[in-house]
Amino acid sequence: MATFGTLSDRLTQTFSALRTKGKLSPADVDGTVREIRRALLDADVALPVVKDFTARVRERALGDEVNKALNPAQQVVKIVNDELVTILGGEQRRLQFAKSGPTVIMLAGLQGAGKTTLAGKLAKWLKNDGHTPMLVAADLQRPNAVQQLQVVGEQAGATVYAPEPGNGVGDPVRVAKDAMKVAVDKQHDVVIVDTAGRLGVDAELMNQASNIRKAIDPDEVLFVIDAMIGQDAVATAQAFQEGVDFTGVVLSKLDGDARGGAALSVASVTGRPIMFASTGESLDDFEPFYPDRMASRILDLGDILTLIEQAQKAFDEDQARKTAEKFATDSFTLEDFLEQMQQLKNMGSIKGMLGMLPGARGMKEQLDNFDESELTRTEAIIRSMTPAERRMPKLLNGSRRLRIAKGSGTTVTEVNQLVMRFEQAAKMMKTVAKGGMPQIPGMGPLGMGGGPGARSARKAQKKKGKTGSRSGNPAKRAAEEAAKAHGGATGAPTGSGFGLGGGASAGGQAPTPEELEALQKFLGR
Amino acid sequence: MAERSWSLGGALRGLFTTPVVDDEMWDDLEAALIGADFGPDLTDEILDHLRSEVERLRITDPADVKRLLRETIEERLAAHDPTLRLSERPAVVLVVGVNGVGKTTTIGKFAKFLTGYQRSVVVGAADTFRAAAVDQLATWAERAGAAVVRPQQQGQDPASVAYQTVERAIADGTDIAIIDTAGRLQTKAGLMDELAKVRRVVEKLAPIAEVLLVLDGTTGQNGVAQAQAFIEHAGVTGLVITKLDGSAKGGFVLRVQQQTGIPIKLIGQGEGIGDLTGFTPHVFAQSLVP
Repeated sequence: MATFGTLSDRLTQTFSALRTKGKLSPADVDGTVREIRRALLDADVALPVVKDFTARVRERALGDEVNKALNPAQQVVKIVNDELVTILGGEQRRLQFAKSGPTVIMLAGLQGAGKTTLAGKLAKWLKNDGHTPMLVAADLQRPNAVQQLQVVGEQAGATVYAPEPGNGVGDPVRVAKDAMKVAVDKQHDVVIVDTAGRLGVDAELMNQASNIRKAIDPDEVLFVIDAMIGQDAVATAQAFQEGVDFTGVVLSKLDGDARGGAALSVASVTGRPIMFASTGESLDDFEPFYPDRMASRILDLGDILTLIEQAQKAFDEDQARKTAEKFATDSFTLEDFLEQMQQLKNMGSIKGMLGMLPGARGMKEQLDNFDESELTRTEAIIRSMTPAERRMPKLLNGSRRLRIAKGSGTTVTEVNQLVMRFEQAAKMMKTVAKGGMPQIPGMGPLGMGGGPGARSARKAQKKKGKTGSRSGNPAKRAAEEAAKAHGGATGAPTGSGFGLGGGASAGGQAPTPEELEALQKFLGR
Repeated sequence: MAERSWSLGGALRGLFTTPVVDDEMWDDLEAALIGADFGPDLTDEILDHLRSEVERLRITDPADVKRLLRETIEERLAAHDPTLRLSERPAVVLVVGVNGVGKTTTIGKFAKFLTGYQRSVVVGAADTFRAAAVDQLATWAERAGAAVVRPQQQGQDPASVAYQTVERAIADGTDIAIIDTAGRLQTKAGLMDELAKVRRVVEKLAPIAEVLLVLDGTTGQNGVAQAQAFIEHAGVTGLVITKLDGSAKGGFVLRVQQQTGIPIKLIGQGEGIGDLTGFTPHVFAQSLVP
């Protein structure tokens, strides 16, 4: 079979046609839901679960629930993600410890799920939490499982109770039962019982597991399941639920590249919470389960979702408006500039960000030409200034500039250029902000607001102002440069240099206004 | 062969008993195939094929569709030769796979299978990583009547254990040397490189006859990624599917075989030492679609 790429690629395709629509039609939703169905099946989510799930997503996507900050396509993705997180983390909880006497934890699962390894991890984790765990070797089936537990126990620094040699010799129910007495005698506060791997269809062994459960009355029964398991997850989980009625699930081998749809199947079919994830062969590779990470992993959608979040965080309208106000009142300082630059950096690599944008893949070439280290240099220069200098660039005399250049590892020329660009831009933006700002909100179909567009234009000049011919009139010069920045960044000819004009004129061109606007937002800086 | 618990039988029951070929039957068939881990892509492919055949042959009886399905699966499985090539002396067999798929158990059963044919076997415990893996293998070897080469110290380089195993096989004139390796997830580049090293080192002594990749029958679509990574790093020549005695159908193996061109060679169906058989497409298809 051909490689179909990730879900985000396919959804991007499905979505590209929808992007300009304000609301989704049932047909649009169906197309999207079909892709999601496929992605879930590819991730090994069980079919009945997929059916339920997509039905619910469809219903919600067609409902009136509209997040104004997102476009319709992203809405669907967000709904999907929300639903996934709800199922996966609906009942998040921690280990239940016994009120009196030792807490008994029983492990159960298929062969090779990773029970014995998990026993060691759990013991170590509990030990680090100040408990005194005891491991019980009740897997007397698999050759040398007892020895393995002993070695693992030693590594974890936990006592191992192994009265029987294993390899088919001894009665696991009896061992488990005796272990309870030993634990009380030796004053262990947690007992972890490792049982043999068994298949859901093996009635005899399931019965044995059920007898062990009855004999020791555990506080927690953890069902260990391999993240790589396929459609059988449901049948197996149900068999174990009937057999030993587990109270929680542990997902093992999550360090592989399986998407782990089983997590969703098991959580949704049994209603039992997934409590831990096992993520490697070392005894420390063990962590509580994070539903949101798992949701992204199953859908293979991490990047789009992250982008949505980041975009919401970084480009909220309020902030943009505040910046605009600062321009208008002439109180925009190098400090604000620095702050914004850091915000941008927090969002990760700019190239990476652009790569995440649906449709931005076509602009790879321009992306490659974008020099990220420029930002770092600018930041270094500003950081080498005192707070007073940042607020009042006029303070910067020759000796201060020399100090800054030394402090930031740049030259005085570079410092001069930055200051000059900043002053020109601030001046120009003041003019623009006074005249053009009121019209800007509502410009972007993405719903991200127009503020950022204007902000980006300012940044555009800062960056691009360095090169090329300059006009004598600062405002005019800045305008020219901004125009150049737009043209250079997107390859699209624009007639107007200001943020408003840039955004609007770009709006008429391929691929779509949102993409260009968003691209300018980043490149402009 | 009796109907196996892992057959599609359960899922298909009632499916082909309806009087006519209708949409409902197709939907149910799709559900059955996806439920058997064929994966959405292969399911679509098989369904498309069946649909066009049904149209072409004007089939109206669902029982014929079932027969057609069985034939399609068998045909796809039979596209590759499942014969084990162990003619060299010693024939070196490297067994690889991710964690917990049943490599050690498979080796025990495979050794027994070979000693049953009066071949002398030596197994090398090159899984020096997992706790007690060496002992587990030794127990199996003892049951199978095979010699075992243990690492001389804890955490010894697996390549050196493998080398010693082959060295011993040559010295003793043993027919077949089987080397157990530690389970490794295909995403761990360092561990995958280690496998390539084991291969290189062994090949200094004798060519490797077979590299068997053990796949867990309960695995889902990740099985394909596993196979691809192991083929790239270890030069896999055959697949072993284990744990087919459970409720999983193992439909993903068809996709693995089709996508990689590596044939399935052995099938494991239980924890008993005799629970390993050669792979016959006809029998497999027959048990999948009874």
